[in-house]
Amino acid sequence: MADKSEVWLGTLSLMVLQTLATMGPQHGYGLARRIEQISGDRLSLNYGTLYPALLKLEQEGAITSEWGVSDNNRKAKFYSLTRTGRRQLERQTRDWQQTTAIVARFLSPSEEG
Amino acid sequence: MRKLRSLWMRLRATIGSEHSDRDFADELESILQMHVDDNLRAGMTPEEARRRALIKLGGVDQVQQVVRDRRGLSSLEAFGRDVRYAARTLARAPGFTAVAMIVMAIGIGASVSLFTVIHSVLLRPLPFPHPDRLVAIYSQDAVWSHNTVAPGDFYDWQKASHGYEQMAIWRWTGFNTSASDGQLPEFLNAGTCSWNLFATLGISAVLGRSFTPADDNPGAARTAILSWSLFERRFNHNPAVLGNTVRLNGQLYTVVGVLPNWFRYPNPKIQLWVPWQIEIPREVQWSHYDHIGYVVGRLKEGVRSTAAIQEVSAAQHQIYLRFNGSGPVKQGAIATPLLEDMVGVVKTPLYVLLAAAVCLLFIASLNLSNLLVARSAARRREMAIRTALGSSRLCLVRQQLTESLLICVGGGIAGLLFATVGSHWLTTHWEELPRAYGVHLDSMAVGFALGITAMAGVLAGLLPAISASRGSVLSALQENSRGIGGSASRTSMRKALLTGEVALTVVLLVAAGLLFRSFLRLRGVDLGCTTKNVLTMNYFLRGDKYSKPEQIVNFDTQLLDRVRDLPGVESAGITNVVPGDGYYGDHEFWIPEHPPQPPGEHHFAAYRTADPDYFTTLQIPLVRGRFFSENERLEHDKYMIVNQEFVRQSFPAEDPLGKHLRVEWRTQQGENYEIMGVVGDTSYQIDLSPRPMMWFPILAGIPGNSADSVLVVRSTKDVMSLATPIQKVIASFDPDLPVKNILTMEQIVNESTVNPSFTATLVLSFAGSSLLLATVGLYGVLSYLVTQRTPEIGIRMALGAERERVLRLMLLDGLRPALIGLALGIGASVAVTRLIRSVLYGTSPLDPTVFVLVIVTLLLSSTAACLVPAWRAARINPMHALRAE
Repeated sequence: MADKSEVWLGTLSLMVLQTLATMGPQHGYGLARRIEQISGDRLSLNYGTLYPALLKLEQEGAITSEWGVSDNNRKAKFYSLTRTGRRQLERQTRDWQQTTAIVARFLSPSEEG
Repeated sequence: MRKLRSLWMRLRATIGSEHSDRDFADELESILQMHVDDNLRAGMTPEEARRRALIKLGGVDQVQQVVRDRRGLSSLEAFGRDVRYAARTLARAPGFTAVAMIVMAIGIGASVSLFTVIHSVLLRPLPFPHPDRLVAIYSQDAVWSHNTVAPGDFYDWQKASHGYEQMAIWRWTGFNTSASDGQLPEFLNAGTCSWNLFATLGISAVLGRSFTPADDNPGAARTAILSWSLFERRFNHNPAVLGNTVRLNGQLYTVVGVLPNWFRYPNPKIQLWVPWQIEIPREVQWSHYDHIGYVVGRLKEGVRSTAAIQEVSAAQHQIYLRFNGSGPVKQGAIATPLLEDMVGVVKTPLYVLLAAAVCLLFIASLNLSNLLVARSAARRREMAIRTALGSSRLCLVRQQLTESLLICVGGGIAGLLFATVGSHWLTTHWEELPRAYGVHLDSMAVGFALGITAMAGVLAGLLPAISASRGSVLSALQENSRGIGGSASRTSMRKALLTGEVALTVVLLVAAGLLFRSFLRLRGVDLGCTTKNVLTMNYFLRGDKYSKPEQIVNFDTQLLDRVRDLPGVESAGITNVVPGDGYYGDHEFWIPEHPPQPPGEHHFAAYRTADPDYFTTLQIPLVRGRFFSENERLEHDKYMIVNQEFVRQSFPAEDPLGKHLRVEWRTQQGENYEIMGVVGDTSYQIDLSPRPMMWFPILAGIPGNSADSVLVVRSTKDVMSLATPIQKVIASFDPDLPVKNILTMEQIVNESTVNPSFTATLVLSFAGSSLLLATVGLYGVLSYLVTQRTPEIGIRMALGAERERVLRLMLLDGLRPALIGLALGIGASVAVTRLIRSVLYGTSPLDPTVFVLVIVTLLLSSTAACLVPAWRAARINPMHALRAE
């Protein structure tokens, strides 16, 4: 995994929520593409990774899904953020920032040395 | 909340899984298409575009699996799968499955039956309001810890104590009812009780009323309260009986009430109740010396029984100090919870039986475990392959556990059916079981069944499952090609299980042996008289027809004359109680020839009556002097006969003949009776040693004293065939006189050993089943071992080992777990058997005969079990064994 990193589930769901929050309802393919783009193609998402995350979020009530039609007239399932999801996103963002800040402090001296 | 919602959606998804599968496929397809579109736009050829898209999508099957696990309740689905798989596996080995289920069914069924009985008899509260506040109160002294209560004591307790809401007294009595309206004359067991007995218990009459203080009065009109069963049986359910009279012992009693159908205190034998002061002779009414009543008290709310009884005991001590100089008075009082009082006798036997049944279940589980280990050994390769293909260890353990659970559930269901039959059988065949009428399988019992079934399933499944899934895949796959010394750990597991089985079996065998030996001891007790070909029957000469001595004596002598003339009758006599039929009662006596006793010292002897031929009929030996003759009758009755125990205690160094005893027999003042004979000791109760006893001439015809009669008839042939002719003779004298308890002496003895015989037989059958299971287990393990080691044995023999050596080797290998188990079991038995000491008669808990017998039985049966496989091992043909490789 030199240039394309694997994504673990917890982080992935945060990314999914953030993407849906900024971009509005998206289908699975669009979401995958979007996340890859934002990561500057440093992440590679296949559907097998993405789908379980979507399923989990849906079961938790953070997102809902609906069949619709895509830009180029294909039948697709669209996912959108719910209010629960929005709250979850806020909380997880906060948590994530805290965590990274703490971990960053631990790592910073060794990075220099 | 999130968890709940998630669970709900998963549940829904599990149920509608087909629909969501299609949904998923649609979405996948749409995504694939979008990807292909993009790739096409990027200028790829259609084939390339599709290929790339498919690669990017990931393994569709894998995704689908992840999704299913995630979406549905995977554990539920997996469980369903496990059950289906286990059922298929078990169905492939129907013999094994059937045997395993039957064994479990027996274990579970026996345990549940006993639990049901214990729950209904010992644990369920009495059906009265606040039953925990009901106590039985007895008087006590240094000799008797739970003695019945004198009426005078009872009335004093009522006045002196403050801890009880109510306190009531009652005793057994009985009435002859005459033949009427086409119904036979009948002897009715009855109770006579203080007016407040029913109020104390907290019940009221279902028809009419209970007794009032006015009914319970020496001068009151005679009243009676019927039990529901008598009301139904003899009065056809007709409420018109209220206010009408019934004739009891020739007296008219007005029926004032009927008790509820469920009321069974003290037991279902009591058919009707009459007020205490009407029934109890006037001179006994306030006596502190006649201990005749059972006392029931209801504690006030919040009062502790120990505190309440202290007050009563203190009052009794005052009575003792005041009256002991003039008569026998008890020193204190003691209270027992009423439930304990009613069922305490069967507590130990029931718990012993339950323990035995649970042991049996445990052994059955171990045996099943053993069988499963054997199967898992055979399936080791299958397990290894499945592990290699990616099955997780947990998954394999779960599957094995499911198999054993399935067997146990099957066994549990069969066991529950077995338990319904079993508990019914127990209650109908165990005649002395108190509260037997209330025993039925309830939700508690079903819960217990579920619990032990689950326990047995886990117990039986876990060990083999863990052992099967342990170890490396590679070695398992390789091992099968070379079987020498294979799966040593599995064999040692089986041996450990066997050791446990044998140890438990030994404990059961020892307990059964002790109980059985104790039972045999009881059966072997010499009552002091003959029991062969002797018929007895009771009748009670009461009422107007028998109010004069001549009437009683006439009846008895005429009856004896006619009975002796019947063909087959060798000898006939009359007494009040035959040996083995209970203590009945005693009287205080004084010996005029001896110096006066110090005040407070009292001597008692059980009293009996006899006609001249009674002793020869029962073949009770004459030791000195002579039996009664025809002369000792009516007023000329101041003679008596005593037993050897009497002489031992009261005339240790003198000739008792010609000495006198003063007894309050005919009158309250007492008369002197001359001792004219000494007879051999007889036991009044089979498991107790003889006590001093004295016989008065029954032909004195004293109403009351001579009324209770047992006709005793000895014959040369089958004595039961005389029952009808004798009854006809009695009916020809008095068609209204009921006859009861037509029993042979052997039946009387049997009745008093029915409890021990029951316990002994049941525990013995449990122990026998356990022995069978352990033996089969031993045989199974060794057979398996021999198959396993066939190549090794082949090599040994090829290298020159002798058959005897091989035989000995295998035999020892099989016997080792049996021997260790035997040692452990003997050790455990030594520790455990003292718990059943209270139900043993004349047998030490460490009875060497029993222990030796158990050891020999176990050695023989385990040797027999090991011999067959060991023999097979010794007959192995080395060439075949090696070629089979």
